[in-house]
Amino acid sequence: MFSFIIKRISVAIPTFLGVTLLAFALIHMIPGDPVLLLVGERRLDPEFYRAAMQRLGLDQPLYVQYWDYLRQLLQGNLGESIVTHEPVMSEFLKLFPATVELSMAAMLFAVVCGLAAGMLAATKRGTVIDHTVMGAALTGYSMPIFWWGLILIMVFSVHLDWTPVSGRIALEYDIPAVTGFMLIDTLLSGEAGAFKSAVMHLILPAIVLGTIPMAVIARMTRSSMLEVLREDYIRTARAKGLSRSRIIIVHALRNALIPVVTVIGLQVGTLLAGAVLTETIFSWPGIGKWLIDSISRRDYPVVQGGILLIATLIIFVNLLVDILYGVINPRIRHSR
Amino acid sequence: MTTPTIVVEAPFSHPSPWTEFWQSFRANRGALIALIYFVSLVLLAVFAPILAPHSPIEQYRDAFLTPPAWLAGGSWQFILGTDEVGRDILSRLMYGARLSLTIGLVSVLLSLIPGVILGLIAAFYPGRIGDAIMRFMDVMLALPSLLLAVAIVAVLGPGLTNTMLAIAVVSLPSYVRLARASAMTELHKDYVIASRLAGAGQLRLMFNTVLPNCMAPLIVQATLGFSAAILDAAALGFLGLGAQPPLPEWGTMLASARDYIESAWWVVTMPGLAILITVIALNLMGDGLRDALDPKLKKLA
Repeated sequence: MFSFIIKRISVAIPTFLGVTLLAFALIHMIPGDPVLLLVGERRLDPEFYRAAMQRLGLDQPLYVQYWDYLRQLLQGNLGESIVTHEPVMSEFLKLFPATVELSMAAMLFAVVCGLAAGMLAATKRGTVIDHTVMGAALTGYSMPIFWWGLILIMVFSVHLDWTPVSGRIALEYDIPAVTGFMLIDTLLSGEAGAFKSAVMHLILPAIVLGTIPMAVIARMTRSSMLEVLREDYIRTARAKGLSRSRIIIVHALRNALIPVVTVIGLQVGTLLAGAVLTETIFSWPGIGKWLIDSISRRDYPVVQGGILLIATLIIFVNLLVDILYGVINPRIRHSR
Repeated sequence: MTTPTIVVEAPFSHPSPWTEFWQSFRANRGALIALIYFVSLVLLAVFAPILAPHSPIEQYRDAFLTPPAWLAGGSWQFILGTDEVGRDILSRLMYGARLSLTIGLVSVLLSLIPGVILGLIAAFYPGRIGDAIMRFMDVMLALPSLLLAVAIVAVLGPGLTNTMLAIAVVSLPSYVRLARASAMTELHKDYVIASRLAGAGQLRLMFNTVLPNCMAPLIVQATLGFSAAILDAAALGFLGLGAQPPLPEWGTMLASARDYIESAWWVVTMPGLAILITVIALNLMGDGLRDALDPKLKKLA
């Protein structure tokens, strides 16, 4: 087991180094003077320019610069924003819980609805229900989610007035950020109605962000369920006289879940990419919106740091999924 | 009842691979409808200057936000209505199809060709060169395609050309991996060894012997890549990083649509429907192609 974990980690490290190289190269590939880009000025007087160049280490050869960059990174220093002059890392940490909260809500929606729809389609194979569910899954899978968000806002926020249009909570509440997770903070604050307001703000973005993962999970559940239902032990269970629901839920689902769990792990990247679009539509103050805003403000240290942090996060989650999967399924552990 | 003569005839008349492929593709009704839609879209795009009722950028000052023809206040002059500056939405969608199809085609070609070459190299030289290529692809796969595309466009600057470049770059790894994997399984087959023994050079082995037998999964991936390219390009356009206004790119058309959610639903709805239907059609075609090309799934006669 230990050697398995070491092996997985030793594959992840070069990938991480590659990503740092990519992020480092990013700033040098932007047309224009890197000093001016990083200081965020149009023009500097020569003395100040030299000072900035020295401070940023841009007068050094490239490999020295990269080495410095890497050393700073490992100490958690990702530079500071040109606009707010705050360290990139602390901005990221401040906004990150909002994205995690949204992604977790989206994943919950995707898993619950995706599993239910996939199981329904598999047990009603070939019927109208099956075709409807699979048609919906294909539509969800092909969805331009930024448009889907606009349509949901148009129907549920503007016409039906059920949910708010944007943000995390109504303006009248002033919730102190304890954990950064609005659902928990509102409960801790004890303010009446605040929790409900936070939930209402979360519903639409979570549905939008969860749509593609839901479609993927529904398809995967269906095909894996159909495969399992053909197995001998299902026939045995049926021959023993077990009820249909017991066979499906206890015997089939448990085995059908194995590939589905992997797919769920692989959706983390989809969620973070989707967060860029979802957060922009709903003005959700998370890292996706932060990244897009900094691109339009030409805040390059933030763009560089943000991309590096998101990539690192994905590498880390994939590593975790890999290891967990090895723990659950010994066959994988020993085959590699 | 079948007569013996017919039974004897059958095994001798093999259908050509094309006929066989077409019969199996045609059996998939969804894929067939999708193909018909796609061909019509291509025709609409090609003949947009003749077919479109208006210019995509002409602003009719007396017809801001006209509703579609079938609604009160609409007119048949603007069948799908007009946008906030009085441009005909139908015409913009038709010209937009040109952009989306071009983006799809160019970015698929720009990533398919280098992807196949790199994948074949990685398969034929599995040592240090192959490892280096695959490690590099792993790094690119660490970021989801849209985020990597956003990063690339942030560096190169927004615009149509850079959108195509960014999408081509981010879809490179999937072709490299696929080409390498299918080439690796072919490499150890007898016909490749025979051809090598007969003295075929490395290049000939790569492109004439092995590649044609790896085409099936690559064609399927290219179809799916086409739909992903349209989606990503629209997303970049929506974020203001893709094609710039007044270009009638479908995603770019949605960038300003948010302001009209309350007043003019057609401005919001139409471009998105065009994206959605086109992407669904491409995905259906991809599924149909996979079923028709994959011998493992092919129905045994």
